Amino acid sequence: MLKSIEKNNLSFVDPDPIDTQSKTNLFSNNFFNKIKKNKGAIIGSVILLFFIITSALAPIIAPYPVNEMNFDDSLQGPSLEHWLGTDEFGRDIWTRMLHGGRVSLLMGLFAVTISGTIGVVLGVIAGYYRKLDIYIMQFIDILMTFPSLLMAIAIVAVLGVGLTNAMIAVAISAVPSFVRVVRGAVLSIRETEYIEAARALGVKNWKIIGRHILPNVISPIIILATLEFGGSILSAASLSFLGLGAQPPNPEWGALVYVGKSFLSQAWWMTLFPGLAIMLVVLGFNLLGDGLRDALDPKSK
Amino acid sequence: MNQPLLSVKDLKTHFPVKKKLFNKGSHSIRAVDGISFHVNKGETLGIVGESGCGKSTMGRSILRLIEPTEGSIVFEGREVTTLDQTNLRKLRSKMQIVFQDPYASLNPKMTVGAILGEALSTHQLGQSAKERKKKVENLLLKVGLSHTHIGRYPHEFSGGQRQRIGIARAIAVNPSLIIADEPVSALDVSVQAQVLNLFQDLKETLGLTYIFIAHDLSVVKHVSDRIGVMYLGKIVELSDKRQLFQKPLHPYTQALMSAVPSLDPDIKKNRIILTGDVPSASNPPTGCSFHTRCRFKKNVCESVAPREIEVSSGRFVNCHMYDNEYKRDFN
Repeated sequence: MLKSIEKNNLSFVDPDPIDTQSKTNLFSNNFFNKIKKNKGAIIGSVILLFFIITSALAPIIAPYPVNEMNFDDSLQGPSLEHWLGTDEFGRDIWTRMLHGGRVSLLMGLFAVTISGTIGVVLGVIAGYYRKLDIYIMQFIDILMTFPSLLMAIAIVAVLGVGLTNAMIAVAISAVPSFVRVVRGAVLSIRETEYIEAARALGVKNWKIIGRHILPNVISPIIILATLEFGGSILSAASLSFLGLGAQPPNPEWGALVYVGKSFLSQAWWMTLFPGLAIMLVVLGFNLLGDGLRDALDPKSK
Repeated sequence: MNQPLLSVKDLKTHFPVKKKLFNKGSHSIRAVDGISFHVNKGETLGIVGESGCGKSTMGRSILRLIEPTEGSIVFEGREVTTLDQTNLRKLRSKMQIVFQDPYASLNPKMTVGAILGEALSTHQLGQSAKERKKKVENLLLKVGLSHTHIGRYPHEFSGGQRQRIGIARAIAVNPSLIIADEPVSALDVSVQAQVLNLFQDLKETLGLTYIFIAHDLSVVKHVSDRIGVMYLGKIVELSDKRQLFQKPLHPYTQALMSAVPSLDPDIKKNRIILTGDVPSASNPPTGCSFHTRCRFKKNVCESVAPREIEVSSGRFVNCHMYDNEYKRDFN
């Protein structure tokens, strides 16, 4: 039956219309359209933009010097002069929050960068070189048995109290989730036929990882990094609140709450506003992360 | 007689099955269980068999994409199974594979130019980027695509076009042997014919040799010179195409042939319906592995594994019916 078909159709190109609109690549038009339709992601982005811009411009827009004490104005409630009130030394809470935002956001950024880098490297190795898988994953599973905050506290206990050590502790406690996600994604990619085709061509392993595997696991990494960003800020603030991270007079948000809790009955504004800022930033990252997940998932239309 | 391009002797690929807590004693899935054949330069060897009989595993074992457990593979006079990684990588350009699923075999994040360029640069074909681009454009023309497709992504192509890109990648490194692992079974029938013709044309212009794995007998009949029929990890019959279709010898081949639909409604066929399922490859039947479903089963089939009998020149069958020692049992 097949023989009856003429051979002269070698140059025939299947007449399917070429669909250029359905790109599912990262940062394509389709991706932005999906993000735009996702209300949560928009709200999250707006919240985050607000905090990022105000923190970045803190030295310019802050109405008072950050660490200068003024005992005449101590423990004042919110007013036109001091929008969010003052602390026990008469320092403006709004000013301190602007500066504290820089610390909190940067801590989140560094923690995610460190944990993401370590996590991606370990995850790719575990997923691609199956012989090492069991050793890496057993180790990661041990780390995962500890609640992340508890582990961060333990690490600070070993390294000593301080901002840098708190950041390292938060980063280490976020590594396991990166390893898990990346390993899972690599496992599914490495079994596909295009990896087999690359191996059949004799492409070297590190080129297969760099050219074929990493570009195909970048979406889950971005989503997780966004979610972990919020989580890291929360963990860092928690450590500061427990007195293990940023130390007063550093205006890190967790530290502000820590100082404010002694004056809870007299000055509610000292704890409420920094706490609210932590909550909003974490909420913003979670909303954005969820939105990214929906937009980057090829199955969702 | 000339040396065959590829000769495979007693190839076995077993996959170990993990031991369970209360189930001691290791056993394994015998996906490929003792296969021997040879392929001459310029011919097409078709391999047919039902799902799960080890066709694909055999193809991948020859390329060492899956490490074979036992046996020898001699390609162009060199033993493949003992090559180290460096030499294996060099050999890769001589043996290529075309995959079944054109949707899974192309990296969705790479352009056609990058996919084909990778094949070229891996084997240092083409010195400069410009030269490689020229070669990629030539490759696209060779497989019936346009050089304007070079910057497009796989998802912008149809299944048939994608398969052409897969073929272009395979021929990019100037191989002498291509293992085609069900290259058309994921395509529409009309596109199948075009891709099969592309295979034929490339074979003539580039002097290729194929091992063509398929489960569709009419496809295999169209492209092959010789055909091997596989059942449960073994080749049960290996023969010239014409002889095989005229007079299938092995009971399994007879059953397969009787299932091929005919275009002529007047031809009355006695269809041989096989009962039962394919036995598990982890626990194959004793003796002849086909005895559980064979019409002609005798006692000897349950206990003695059949030998390979050369019935006539180049015609092999693994069945006691054709073995002088047991022939009388079947009368």
